[in-house]
Amino acid sequence: MSVAQSRASAAAPEAEPANASRWAERSMKAALPIGTAAALILTWELGVRIFEVPNYIAPAPSDVAMVFVHQMPLLMRNFWPTFYESILGFLAGNIAAILLAVAFIHSRSAERAFFPIAVFINTIPVLAMAPILVLIFGAGLTAKVVIAALICFFPTLVNMVRGLQSVSPQALELARILSASKSEVFWKIRLPSSLPFLFSALKIAATTCVIGAIVGEWVGADKGLGALILDSTFNFRSAVLYATVFLSSGLSVLLFVTVSVAERLIVRW
Amino acid sequence: MGLAATSAVLPQKAAVLRNASVRFGNFTAIEDLSLEIEDGAFWSILGPSGCGKSTLLRLISDLVPAAGGAVEVLGKSTEAARLAREFAFVFQDPTLLPWRSALKNVELPLEIGKSRNIRPSAGGRTPMELLELVGLKGREDALPHELSGGMRQRVAIARALVCQPKILLMDEPFGALDEITRDHLNLQLLNIWNETGVTVLFVTHSIPEAVFLGQKVLMLKARPGRLKEVVDIDLPFPRTIRDRESPEFIRYAAKLREILEEC
Repeated sequence: MSVAQSRASAAAPEAEPANASRWAERSMKAALPIGTAAALILTWELGVRIFEVPNYIAPAPSDVAMVFVHQMPLLMRNFWPTFYESILGFLAGNIAAILLAVAFIHSRSAERAFFPIAVFINTIPVLAMAPILVLIFGAGLTAKVVIAALICFFPTLVNMVRGLQSVSPQALELARILSASKSEVFWKIRLPSSLPFLFSALKIAATTCVIGAIVGEWVGADKGLGALILDSTFNFRSAVLYATVFLSSGLSVLLFVTVSVAERLIVRW
Repeated sequence: MGLAATSAVLPQKAAVLRNASVRFGNFTAIEDLSLEIEDGAFWSILGPSGCGKSTLLRLISDLVPAAGGAVEVLGKSTEAARLAREFAFVFQDPTLLPWRSALKNVELPLEIGKSRNIRPSAGGRTPMELLELVGLKGREDALPHELSGGMRQRVAIARALVCQPKILLMDEPFGALDEITRDHLNLQLLNIWNETGVTVLFVTHSIPEAVFLGQKVLMLKARPGRLKEVVDIDLPFPRTIRDRESPEFIRYAAKLREILEEC
C-alpha cells in the first residue's frame, strides 16, 4: 500500500513537467520560424539604416509597413483584379484538367490524341505564352484568366489521371462481383480514390494561379498587382513594389491555406 | 418449365464443375476439373502455390471465364449467379473503401445495382446487425484505418453477407493475420456458417486451418491445377480450438501433409 502510494505521489509531479515541457516544445516550434523572420527583418532594417541605402534601391521594412498603412486603398484597388483572375483561372484550369483526366481514363484514344498536346503546351514558358494569349484575348480579364488556368492545368491533369488509376485491382474485382456499372465504379470507387491526388495538385495550383495572373498583367494591364509591380518599379517607388510583392505572396498563401483546410475536411482517411 | 420444377425439388448443388479448365494465354491454370459441392457445405481448398486455388474461386465467381467444360452455380451460369448476387467474395486484403466508415462499407453492396434491380429481396440482417454478428458493435462509425487488421477483415465478411449470399467464396481471408486473431475469426466464421446456412469455399495455405474449418478438404495439385483428392473430415461440429489437440485432428493434419507432399 505504502509502496503504491509513494509510486502514485512520485508519478503525479512527474506528469506536470512532462506536460510543461511538451507545451514548451510546441511553442519552441512556433517561436523558431517567427523569431528567425523577425531577426531577418530587424537585420534588414538596421542594414538599410546603418549603410544609408537609398530608399529607391532597398526600402526599410518600416517604409514598406508605412505603405500598408497609408496606401491601403491603392493596394486593394489592385489586389481585387488579381484575386478574381487567380480564382477564375484556378477554377477554369482545374475543372478542365479534371474533365480531361476523366476522358483519358475512359478512352485510351482520347489520351493518345490529347496527352502529347498537353505536354507540348506545358513546355512553353509562361512568359512566352502570355503575349500570344493577350494578342488573342485582348488586354481584359479573359487573357489573365486563361494564363492562370493554363498554368494550373498540367499538374492537375497528371495527378488526376494517376488518382483515377490508383484503384486497387481487388477493388475493381469487388465491383465486378457486385455487378457494378461503369458509372457506379466511377462515382463510388474511382472518384473518391483520386481525391488525395487531386488535392496535392490543387495545392500546387493554388500558388501557381497567382503567378499566372501576375505574369498576364505584366504583358498588358492597367490594374492588378502585376501592373502595380511594373508601375512602381519604373517609377522607383520601391516601398510600394515591396508591399505589392508581399501582398501577392499573401494571396498565394491565402489560396493555399483555403485548399489545405478543404483537404483536411474532405480527405479524412 | 419442367426442368425448373425438378431442380427445385432435387437437393440443389451449390456449384458443379464438369471438366472445367481455365487458361491465361498459354498458361493452363486449371485443367479438367470436375466437382460437385453440396448446398450448405463447408469446403476447405488446399494445395501448393500455383495449383489454381484462387483461380477456382475466380472461375466460380465469374471473374475468369472457363476455357473448356461447364460451370454451374446453383443451377445457373456463373454470370446469372453473379447478377443474382448468389455468391459473395472475401479477399485476402479486406478491400474496404478507406473513405467509408465500417457501416458504410457494409452498405456498399446494397447501394450498387439498386437502379438495375440487381439487389436480392430484403429480409436478411441489416448492416448494423451484421456488424454486431461479427463483433464490431460500437465501431460502426470508425474508418478502416482506425481498425485493426482483424477488425477490417470482419467488416469485409459483414459486407459479404449483406446481400444474403448462398455461397461465400473466401480467398485466404485470414492469411495476413496473427495466429490469435486467426483462431478467433475461424471460430466466428464457423458460427456464421452455422447460423446462416451459407455454403463456404475457403482457400487456405494452412493445413490446421483447412482441417479445423472444413467438412471436406479439396486438395489440388499444381502445374496445371488438377484435382488430387477430396478428403472428408469427420470431426463433429461445433468444433473448438481445443479440438486441434485431439489425436483425430492430428491424424487428419498428418494425412493432408502427406498428400500435399505428393502434389
